[in-house]
Amino acid sequence: MDSLRLYFRYLGVSVRSQMQYRGSFILLSIAHLFATGADFVGLWVLFHRFGSIKGWSLPEVALLYGMVSSAFAFADATSRGFAMFGETMVRTGEFDRILLRPCSVALQIAGQELTLRRVGRLSQSIPVLLWAAWSLHVVWSPAKAALALMTILGGACLFNGLFVLRGTLAFWTVESLEIMNTVTYGGVEASEYPLVIYPAWFRRFFTFVIPLACIGYFPALGILERTSAAGVPSFLPWVAPLAGPAFLCLTLQVWKLGVRHYQSTGS
Amino acid sequence: MSAYGAVISARFRMHLQYRAAAAAGFGTQLFWGVIRILIFGAFYRSTTAHQPMTYPQVVTYIWLSQALMRLIPWYAGDPDVRAAIRTGAVAYELLRPVDLYWTWFVRIIGASLAETALRAIPMFLVAGLFLGLQAPPSWASAGAWGLAMIGVVLLAGAMVTLLSVTMMWTISGEGVTYIVPTLAIVFSGLIVPLPFFPDWAQPILNVLPFRGMLDIPFRLYMGHIPSGQALPLFAQQMAWAVALIVIGRLLLARGTRRLVVQGG
Repeated sequence: MDSLRLYFRYLGVSVRSQMQYRGSFILLSIAHLFATGADFVGLWVLFHRFGSIKGWSLPEVALLYGMVSSAFAFADATSRGFAMFGETMVRTGEFDRILLRPCSVALQIAGQELTLRRVGRLSQSIPVLLWAAWSLHVVWSPAKAALALMTILGGACLFNGLFVLRGTLAFWTVESLEIMNTVTYGGVEASEYPLVIYPAWFRRFFTFVIPLACIGYFPALGILERTSAAGVPSFLPWVAPLAGPAFLCLTLQVWKLGVRHYQSTGS
Repeated sequence: MSAYGAVISARFRMHLQYRAAAAAGFGTQLFWGVIRILIFGAFYRSTTAHQPMTYPQVVTYIWLSQALMRLIPWYAGDPDVRAAIRTGAVAYELLRPVDLYWTWFVRIIGASLAETALRAIPMFLVAGLFLGLQAPPSWASAGAWGLAMIGVVLLAGAMVTLLSVTMMWTISGEGVTYIVPTLAIVFSGLIVPLPFFPDWAQPILNVLPFRGMLDIPFRLYMGHIPSGQALPLFAQQMAWAVALIVIGRLLLARGTRRLVVQGG
């Protein structure tokens, strides 16, 4: 419990330091909103021309998009410490100092920064989500609303796990870490569309290797009541979001392996 | 003139050093290209309505954009110029016996040419051999494409340099300079090829400068715009480039007059 309090203390410090440049913060948030809003403009243009994709309408895809994009917004804001770990900690030898402190290493890294402006993505993904919820003809039972919330939280865990993995790679190499962008940013892009449009190898990869389908497509099937049409067992949407926290735990174990393997640069 | 040539070649060689980053960037672009093509494929299979481009044309358009996307104004101004303004090193640059605007202009062109070369050459090879990137249908189309690419380099260079100049005013207000790259990404056709935008939007897209950074050369390449129109389109690219250069030079002249160098 103490460590959790420490974590929030860290985040508080980070937020206060960003608020020192308030004007800059507001402008950067707006810029971030624009940049992520561009994605949705693209989605709208395509549906305007084509009408639907494999039987999915724009509001249905928007529901998927809104959930995945919100999840990513949370992860993107909280994972800066791991995402930049190689560049800011390993290369500089700064990590040695972290190791000396008598509290959890992963927690200290996670608490490095809460990048508030990245939450700018939320200010477009939540309206998209609300619009989708309103224009779909779905009865919103409390269970379904809870599922949507669980999906977003599960997704935030999963994306955080991917950033932990990226940080862990830095123990072995500090070059070419950008390749991880394919599964983070590329993963968001891919999972904003229903899984059925992809070929089988791609579907398997995003279900069993990196379970992005579990925090987007499968829960969306449950909310839209399309499980039987998609040939998926009807309980699956309700357990699928758990894959997010499970994936995060797994990556934290790999991270511990990496910490044990760590040799300082000595600088 | 030779001073600018030296700047451009130094920048080019410097950026050629970042091969590992380019290799990772290439892998990422390849993956994104595959995803975008899969999405378009699913859209095409979901409709029988007539579309403004054929599916093979969209595939070619996507691979061209994955190969050449580094040419569009990706940066919110040259990062080195940003650093120079912030640290006050811009004072040294003012002392050099070359024109500051053209130095910045050729510097960003050198950097973006090198970054593009490193990514475009492997992308043309891999996508051309295995992934459906088609060659131009005629020599005339290829020539028209080449001409328009010269326009792209000058136009995008003028845009980035203008953004660099505005940093003299907005050291803390970086937000404005970040919005322009987003506009460029959407309205150049990088996210969705421009012909897919609604018909009512086409006249607006046609007069904006962003179209000249991606859409014009790509459609000339595949003959979607006949090569006969290459000259008027090149003239449009040049008109925008000249306008941006004039605005950039005027702003720079005003900026240097009231420049306060920060720190020492």
